[in-house]
Parts: sequence; C-alpha cells; structure tokens
Amino acid sequence: MEMVVLRAGAFFAALVLAVVACALSVDWAFGVHMAICALAAGIGLIATLRGTNVDAISRGILRSPDQGKYDDEIIRWGVIATVFWGMAGFLAGLYIALELSFPALNLGFEYINFGRLRPLHTSAVIFAFGGNALIATSFYVVQRTCRARLAFPGLARFVFWGYQLFIVLAATGYLMGVTQGKEYAEPEWYVDLWLTIVWVSYLAVFVGTILKRSEPHIYVANWFYLSFILTVAMLHLVNNAAIPVSFFGSRSIPLAGGVQSALIQWWYGHNAVGFFLTAGFLGMMYYFVPKQAERPVYSYRLSIIHFWALIFLYIWAGPHHLHYTALPDWAQTLGMVFSIMLWMPSWGGMINGLMTLNGAWDKLRTDPIMRMFVMSLAFYGMSTFEGPMMSIKTVNSLSHYTDWTIGHVHSGALGWNGMVTFGSLYYLTPRLWNRPRLYSLRMVGWHFWLATLGIVFYAASMWVAGVTQGLMWREYGPDGYLVNSFAETVAAVHPMYVLRAFGGLLYLSGATIMTYNITRTILGHALRDETPLGETPFNPAKDVPLKPASAL
Amino acid sequence: MANDHGDGGTHSAHNSGHGARLDEATGVHTVGHEWDGIEELDNPLPRWWLILFYICILFAIGYVIAYPAIPGRHSASAGMLGWSSRGSLAAEMKDADAGRAAMRAAIAATSIEDLAKDPKLQRAAIEGGRAAFKQNCVQCHGAGAAGGKGFPNLNDDDWLWGGDIGAIYQTLQHGIRYPGDDATRSSQMPAFGRDGILTPAQVQDVVSFVRVISKQDPASAASQRGSAIFAQNCAVCHGANGEGGRAVGAPRLSDAIWLYGGDRATLTETVTNARYGVMPAWGQRLDPVTVKMLATYVHSLGGGEATPGAAAPAAPTAAK
Repeated sequence: MEMVVLRAGAFFAALVLAVVACALSVDWAFGVHMAICALAAGIGLIATLRGTNVDAISRGILRSPDQGKYDDEIIRWGVIATVFWGMAGFLAGLYIALELSFPALNLGFEYINFGRLRPLHTSAVIFAFGGNALIATSFYVVQRTCRARLAFPGLARFVFWGYQLFIVLAATGYLMGVTQGKEYAEPEWYVDLWLTIVWVSYLAVFVGTILKRSEPHIYVANWFYLSFILTVAMLHLVNNAAIPVSFFGSRSIPLAGGVQSALIQWWYGHNAVGFFLTAGFLGMMYYFVPKQAERPVYSYRLSIIHFWALIFLYIWAGPHHLHYTALPDWAQTLGMVFSIMLWMPSWGGMINGLMTLNGAWDKLRTDPIMRMFVMSLAFYGMSTFEGPMMSIKTVNSLSHYTDWTIGHVHSGALGWNGMVTFGSLYYLTPRLWNRPRLYSLRMVGWHFWLATLGIVFYAASMWVAGVTQGLMWREYGPDGYLVNSFAETVAAVHPMYVLRAFGGLLYLSGATIMTYNITRTILGHALRDETPLGETPFNPAKDVPLKPASAL
Repeated sequence: MANDHGDGGTHSAHNSGHGARLDEATGVHTVGHEWDGIEELDNPLPRWWLILFYICILFAIGYVIAYPAIPGRHSASAGMLGWSSRGSLAAEMKDADAGRAAMRAAIAATSIEDLAKDPKLQRAAIEGGRAAFKQNCVQCHGAGAAGGKGFPNLNDDDWLWGGDIGAIYQTLQHGIRYPGDDATRSSQMPAFGRDGILTPAQVQDVVSFVRVISKQDPASAASQRGSAIFAQNCAVCHGANGEGGRAVGAPRLSDAIWLYGGDRATLTETVTNARYGVMPAWGQRLDPVTVKMLATYVHSLGGGEATPGAAAPAAPTAAK
C-alpha cells in the first residue's frame, strides 16, 4: 500500500510540474513537450491509482503465456517497440532519400523538410529501433547467461517506458524544429536530462542482475552490453553539457565552443557508433549467434583480447571525423592511427562470430535466420575495414563530405545492425510467446534476400555517388582552375540518388514482411503451410533461472 | 520447435558447465564455462589476425613519429617529416599562384577592351572567368549561364545594360542597384498600379499593348487604348515601340525574351508593382583581375558585342 501511495505521489508531482512548466513555457515547442510529459504522468497516475495490474494487462494485449520463470514482460514490449520504430525509421529514411532525389517532396512544408526529417530518421533507426533492440536483448541475455531474474523489476519497466517517452520527445522536437545542432545528439537539455535518468536506471538494472547471477563467470555478451551502457552514459553527459537559456524553454547554450565543441561532438558521435552500434550489437551477436548455430563460441581468448582492444582503441578514434579542419594536426593524427589500430580488434568480433559456425556451416543451407546472422557479420567485417581505410587522411581527402560516408554508414547500419537485429527478433519471438515456431520461416528467407539486395543497391550507389563527387570537386583544368560547379556535381549524382531510394524501398519491403511474420507469430495464428526449413530446438523447461524466482 | 531436443546438440558430458571437454566437430577443447548452453572453445588467437594487429600498431607508431602527434603544453610534436596541414595548403596555394602569376600580371596590365587583341591572354582570361563564374555566379545565373526568372540569360544577345565588353565589365565591377557603390547601375521603374499612376483598367490596357508589340496577341480595342498610355508613361524608357533602353536598363519588350515573364498575369504584376533586380558590385568582393576574367568569359558566351567605335572585332567571341 505504501508503495502505491509513493508511486502515485511521484506521478502526481510529475504531472503538476509538467502542467506548471507547460503554463510557463516561453516557446510553443517546450509547451507541447511539457503537455506530452503531463499526459504520460497522467496515464501513470491513473494506472497506479486504479491498482492496475500492468503485467496482467500486457499479457492480455500481447497474448503472451503466463509469467515465465524469467522476467520477460518488458522484453516482449521491447520486441514490439523495436519492430514498430524500425518501420517508422525505415519509412522516414525512404522519404528523405526521395526528398534528396526530388526536392519537390519537401512540399514547401517546414515540418517535413529534409533538415527536420533527417534527424528524425537517424534517431529513429539508431536510438528507437537499435536502442529498443539493445534494451530488450540485453535484458533477455543477461537473465539467461546469469541464470537470474532481472534486478529491480519495477525499475526495468521504468527504463522501457521512460525510453519510449524520450523517443517521443526527441521525434516531436525534431518536427517542431527543436535541436541543439549536434549530430546524433539533437534533443535539447530537458530531454537529455530525462534520458540521463532513464539510462542510469538501465545501468542499475543491468549491473544489479549481473551482481545476483547464479553463474560463476560473466559471459562475454554481458561485458559488451555493460561497456555499451557505461560508455554511452559518459558520452551523453559530456557532449550534452549545456546551460538552458530558460528553465521553461527549449533552447540551451553548450558549455564548450568552437573547435573544442566540434571535437567533443565527434568524440561522442564516433563512439555512438563504437559503443552503441558496435559494442552493444556485439553483445547481441555473442548470444544469438552461438544459440542459433548450436555451437560453442570459436575462441574465448580472442573474445577477451578483442573486447579490451576494441573498447580501449575506439574511444580515441573520433577526430578522424574532423580531418582537414581547424582541429590541430596532432589530434587528427591520433584519430587516424587509433582508427587503423582498431581494424583487427573490430574484426575479432567477426572472426569469433563466423568461426562459431565451424561444424555447423550446413545450417546456412537450411536456416534463414542463420543466414541473416552470417550476412550481418559479413557486413560488419566490411564496414569495419572500410572505416579505418576512410580514416586515412589521403583517402579521407577524397571521401570526406561525400555520399561515400553515407554509403559506409548504411552498409554498417543496414547490414550489420539491421540484420543482427532481425535475426535476434526472429529468434526471440517464438520463444517469448511460446509458439512452436515462427509463423513462416520462408518469409524470413524473402526478408533476407530483399534486405541484402536493398543494401547492395544502397551501398553501391552511394560509393559511386561519393567517388564521383570527390573526384568532381577536386577536378582541375589545364589552367589550374576548378572544372565543376557544385550544382553540376549534384546533377551528376542524381541517378545514384534514385537508385539509393530504390535500395531503401527494397529494405523497407523486407522489414514489412518481417512485421507481418512477427505479428502473426505473436497473435498465435496457425503456422503458414510451407515446406519446412531448418530450426533451432528450444526447451522451455530448461529456460529457467537456477535460483527460484525471488524479489531480488 | 522440437522440444524433445536438449539445449545444444553437442552438449553431452558436461551439463554442469565445469570442466573442459573435447568438441568433436572441431577437435578442440572447450574452456569449461557454460552459460545457457553456450560454451567457448579454447582456440588460440588466429595468427594472421595477430600479425596484422601488430603491423597496424607498428604503422601507428611510425606515423606518430613522422607526423605531428604528441600534444605538449604549448604545442605538439612537429613530426620528423615537418609536415603540417596549414603548411601543405600554403605550399599548394603558392605553387598554383606562381603558375598563374605571369598571366595575371599581363591581364592586370591590359585594359579590358584590349584583352581580345591577345588571343592567348584572352583564352586564359576566359578559363579563369569560367572557374570564377562557377563559384560566384551560378547561384543566380545558373550553371550554364541560362538565367532564370529575374536573372538574365547571359548566352543570348539581349542585354539590359549593354553587351560590349566594357559595358559588361562596368556592370560586373559596380553591380546593379547595389547599395554601397556610387557607380552602380541604377534605375527604378514606377509601380504604376500600386502608386495609383494608372487605374487597374489602364494597367490591363497597357499590358494588352505590350502583348501586341511582343507579337503574342493580335491588336484589340484594349491594346489601342494601351498604345496611348504606353506612349505617355513607358516609351520614355522602353522606347516608342518597346525596343528597350540600355541607358536605364529598360528591357526590350518587342522580342520573345522575358526577364520575369511575358504572360498576362506576370506583366500585370510587373506594371502594377514594378521590379527592382539587384546584382552585387563584384569589384568589392573579387580582385580586379578576376573581375576582368569574368567579363571576358561572359562576353565570350555567345552574345558579346563589339566595342562601339572600335575596329572590326578581332575576337572570335563577338561572332554570333
């Protein structure tokens, strides 16, 4: 009872604060955001006062089986959120790709112009799709590999729902033009503060679960997840240090300025790639690949060495985003050499993933989920070779500011992050909802080919576009004058932009098939009548913590 | 999923997860840990991986010695090669400038009208002008200099303020209606409708007349009325038959070339509210040689006229 009063009081206080802040807001975007916060607090308050059994309701909505031995409620929500935000992010991506090809699609309407939709797309795919995938899988993996239920179950629910509120505030902010102008860190100070609270809670749940583990050792996936959570917390705090112009407004002034600000931004930006999109997803890989392959991880020693080498080297590589700028030469040099040294540590993850299939390569013929994981690792290896190469100053002088960078990012994001997430979602869904198998494994095969083709179109067109731009920008005539105007380089890459949008369409189509497949699996529809494919067996009786469930 | 299987196919001897076992598929021992059915093999680091890692580290060390890398209290290590990005840029710029110095000096010493007498110098000026045009002019006049609404096409022989090279140079140097340059080309068409000089009906009549002299419409009663209004209000600048007046930059109305548009709606808008196109005085922004090169380039685009009073044009550029 005391707990209910305490919680209701907290929600009520949040509601009052949000309403007051909304009333006092000095700009309309801040007012809208506080109204959204008030709405969220109001929902929380009503749910608490009515004594709603949220888990029971979610079991009804999600059609999930009775509470399992592990605390999986929030992970089911996470799977759904990952699919939902993935579709939103891919769709936004396709639209802005079309806007770049056909600028008329801006429709002269500020809310959907490229400048506002672009951060919406990047945040939706990285933080909403990727972030939900990381939170959901980390909660799943840490419980299984520690043989323990989640620590602080209430806090874990707060992490999930609080993170969704962060996503909504960030996304609506972009559309209303609220941004602090830092790539991948666009949300303003109050949204940053909220994310800090959510993220520290995430850290507490994750570390708490590791501390109460029933296994003597901590599995490598959890090292990667933990390094991701810790480092992202540090990056977020430092890069977003700012002074609000008004406590009731959506503007702030960053603490650092000039080249220092640029360096901090790219220290953050590169390690968002390094720790969010690499370390976190390697955690995912280290659990789901051996599980799906039913094989031991290739090398324990390699996992130790490449883990420590990766996290030590990655954090210094950011300055390679600022080659040939006002950043002092010494910092550019260090950014480049650390990127080059990072090549092998990055590949360590690919080797350990691919070689885990030793003794199970035949699965590639029969198991479309395994195919997804292997393609993901292949793209991981390709982009972690391409990255160090592009950090070499001579290469960078050609590639910088061109679409080559966009192609590089997307071969990593669509290939590595996307494919490993799809594979994990396909692995998780039947297990979380206790279905005999996915609605259709053939559809996973279709998704695989659509996604792969989409990435090929995307990456190839952007390589051609990037190299074309780079060469045209630096082309000198016999008299020593530049040959091309900027507009001519834009016209030259237009066909590539259209091809890129086509690749995006293929990728989105694949994801649509996944959404359909996963939805039918969750709803428990009769399995699709199809020729059987390879499956990985699952024994629910063994999917239990070692110690009986207890409240921490 | 077949529930009668165990967690892992090769998982047989050591369910407890303690103690290494031989993995039959690969012939390698496991380390002995086990998490949720996941084991780890005791493979060594791949040799090629380790060697490449060492090579990358050695390269990094070498690079750090060769290039600026180690920050100190006041400055960083200079690197054994003595390279710096500023130094490298300055050297490249110096080379480029040195290569052009003689040509630029010659252009600076030659008057704009005389440039065409030296074909080699003229060609160099055109190339330089082409580059400067792509950097400074394409934003309004377009990459092909074909212009757009409000921005003249520079490829044709219809010139607002004159198309001989001296006139083009003058326009470039001082701009058009550009505040802050006393010698800028200036004129202002009255806003006949807005300021009540003509009634809306009279505006329509004069528009009808303009559409007749531009051979878009046959003569009508309205254009008859407009003819008189035109003679009183417009002819002083645009000429009695709309042939235009270069002294005040008044466009020729009797041809098919339009700066803002020759349709009825646009003409009505123009007569009612007037226009006030502005071009910057490039003499304030670019060095004199670049302005000369730009003038030569624009003159060469196709519509350049011979200098009045000069001998027969020597340049191929004046040919239409």
